Amino acid sequence: MIAFKVNGVRVSIDAPGARRLLDVLREELGMTGTKEGCGEGECGACSVLIDGEVVNSCLVAVGQVEECALETVEGLARDGELTAIQQTFIDYGAAQCGICTPGMLMAAHALLQRNPTPSETDVRMAIGGNLCRCTGYTKIIEAILACRTRAS
Amino acid sequence: MAVPLPSEEAKASVGVSVPRREGHDKVTGRARYTDDLEFPDAWRGKTVRSTIPRGKLKSLTLDPAFDWAQVVVVTAADVPGENVVQLIKDDQPALAEREIHHREEPLALIAGPDRDTLEAAARHVRIEYQSLDPVLHLEHATRELARVDIDKGDVDHALQEADTIVEREFRAGHQEQLYIEPQGAIAVPSDDGGITIYGSLQCPYYVHKAVVRALGLPDDRVVVVPAEVGGAFGGKEEYPSLVAIHAALLAVKAKRPVRLVYERHEDIAATTKRHPAVVRHRTGVTKDGTLVAQDIEFVLDGGAYCTLSPVVLSRGAIHAAGPYSCPNVRIRARALATNTPPNGAFRGFGAPQSQFAAELMVEHVAEALGMSSIDLRREWMLRVGDTTATSQQLNESVGTELVLDAALQNAPPVAVPSAPNLRHGRGVSLVYHGSGFTGSGEKYLASTVAIECTAEREFRVLTSQTEMGQGTNTILSQIAANALGVPYETVTVAPQDTSIVPNSGPTVASRTVMVVGALLADAARELRDKLTTERPPMRVDKTYVQPEWIQWDDERYHGDAYPAFAFQCTVADVQVDLDTGEVRVTNLVAALDPGRAIHPVMAEGQVEGGVLQAVGYATLEEMKMEDGGFVNDRLATYIIPTSLDAPKIKTVLVENPYSGGPFGAKGIGEIPMDGPAPAVMAAIHDATGIWLDELPATPEKLLVALST
Repeated sequence: MIAFKVNGVRVSIDAPGARRLLDVLREELGMTGTKEGCGEGECGACSVLIDGEVVNSCLVAVGQVEECALETVEGLARDGELTAIQQTFIDYGAAQCGICTPGMLMAAHALLQRNPTPSETDVRMAIGGNLCRCTGYTKIIEAILACRTRAS
Repeated sequence: MAVPLPSEEAKASVGVSVPRREGHDKVTGRARYTDDLEFPDAWRGKTVRSTIPRGKLKSLTLDPAFDWAQVVVVTAADVPGENVVQLIKDDQPALAEREIHHREEPLALIAGPDRDTLEAAARHVRIEYQSLDPVLHLEHATRELARVDIDKGDVDHALQEADTIVEREFRAGHQEQLYIEPQGAIAVPSDDGGITIYGSLQCPYYVHKAVVRALGLPDDRVVVVPAEVGGAFGGKEEYPSLVAIHAALLAVKAKRPVRLVYERHEDIAATTKRHPAVVRHRTGVTKDGTLVAQDIEFVLDGGAYCTLSPVVLSRGAIHAAGPYSCPNVRIRARALATNTPPNGAFRGFGAPQSQFAAELMVEHVAEALGMSSIDLRREWMLRVGDTTATSQQLNESVGTELVLDAALQNAPPVAVPSAPNLRHGRGVSLVYHGSGFTGSGEKYLASTVAIECTAEREFRVLTSQTEMGQGTNTILSQIAANALGVPYETVTVAPQDTSIVPNSGPTVASRTVMVVGALLADAARELRDKLTTERPPMRVDKTYVQPEWIQWDDERYHGDAYPAFAFQCTVADVQVDLDTGEVRVTNLVAALDPGRAIHPVMAEGQVEGGVLQAVGYATLEEMKMEDGGFVNDRLATYIIPTSLDAPKIKTVLVENPYSGGPFGAKGIGEIPMDGPAPAVMAAIHDATGIWLDELPATPEKLLVALST
């Protein structure tokens, strides 16, 4: 058994240690908010946080997250209340097709956790591993910067 | 909540950036895309493809070393209906029988309980081929898939009279749509022998027709339901028909749901791309810069099958002269077949290739005349009353001057180089893009929409227009709400399930807002009028009737090609590193005439996203081909722009209503893709003095040009 926390909830999984974390989340835990875009760590659609760090869950073997705290898009809203970054993604039109959105939100969330007042360059760097084909990134960057204003 | 009666006083929702309908689900991870849908006893499917670009299939055998009882295998012999993928021509089989025309040709399908079993099974399929010499390059292609000839005036005579003739050849390569959600479909068989398809697709009724035909089922036994779609850009216009047929064939044989979701590398290797193109221009002008003749040859590489090449060619050809008024135009357009994976729909649909050439041609003529290319555009550009290459007189909503002025006014000062190896430059382009199907296309399509009102006075929009990120659910609700005179919140959109919604045509061709939206607004107004005298529930269906004034000659390619055009001017600033040949697009201004922006934030979003795809087309995105297959079929090797590559993009919407559009709106889905590539290439010239007439401007090409 491999035990870890997902969005604050402790889970134990009976799976080979080499199984992809992405598959465990989607197929074992039914948490399909985390997406697969490429399966080789290039697109960031599967981004989740492990102990606060952004990782591509398609490149992580589940055996590596033993006793770690994971955060996924499903854990962002609390009691049905959207977090600031989720709300600005809606308000600024940062989600179009939405397939990159969960990963993008996790990358943005991690950034804002460690740096509540990022510059535009900080934002571009933070989401540099998350591909979006719909928005040209303009409104995603605006939405993240808007959270900075709200936070301060 | 008390639902108000329709009234003229209800708050207008058109022109307001209301919350996206499915926005909440998309930011919480609750939106369900194809691969998120759960079917507990579903198997997975896999496609076995050719490994040679051309030849004959001698045999396909199953190695007895594998236990085939664990899986099901489908070959051409198992296709119960016609073995074709329904589209313009019937040339593409669902599964190859004998002839192999490209390297990714599907030969067999396997379904099994898990990935490992599938992979093991696929390794035990033995295929014997007889190879034939393939045609891999457009230069060697001779078989014509489609042709379009457009003639206006007398080009030969005008060229004789011209003071200056400029000739130039332009090239563009493949481009991959690269929606972040790969292709996928799930087929679920029912007890009555029917089948339901859930999938990532733009055109539910295209898929419906294709599955009905290949499976040999009656219309009412096939239902197509789009899941949430994770990007499409044309890439999910026709290809999903093939994926759906494959999933359906497997599901019927396996007697259980089958999930066929492509891995990224298969998606890049096998699915349709933007057509590579060669465009040759001869342009005649007088000494003072008057445009007298445009002689244009436009050739597309269609790949192995016809797919949508005739219509891509048509749209590319119609836009090939650019948004300019010229009395004498000759356009000769051909799509030729090669033994490469078939090319197909991609945002812009031929116009990005042809207008890339047209816009750089303006630059070359300006240089030959010693004039500013902006002045030349002002001299040549279409204005109200002018005629296009197809002799269509434009009578309203011609935004050329508006967008040119707006883009130039909003462009910041050109940057000053910060290091000796850096050069900065600026380029401008002006493009147009017709909304809706070409010519008589909408007449033949005869789309139907419906709107209904329940007894509780809740309104529901019924169309087959899919939401793929561009905002259909939201915008059609806004249009209906405005026409009904009710709040946006009281209108919902029915799922685009073919058993529920009428066929309002495909979600393509910049047609959803202008064509379907106008039809919906008509239906909504009729419903509003009926509600003043009758009690709900009630429903109004409305079928498109082409306005009398639209006259189009399919034979001569003459007349009103599109009811209206959107216009865009792009100003692109680049920084070129002379040491590395690297081009960075640093800043980009796009001024666009959308007629009317139904939802300004989403309209900007369309522009920004399309513009960045075009920046990728101009600078990064290059499919490398070897032996008829794509070498860089992975995201690590096919590079699209990241947030670090993306320029600052400023969008300026210059409203200029079109009387036939809903509240004045025209289509803007595709035009953002048309203009940035030539603007970037002109900016590279401005920075370095080098004309690259071939997309993309890779460091390799630029370094070669810089060293000569």
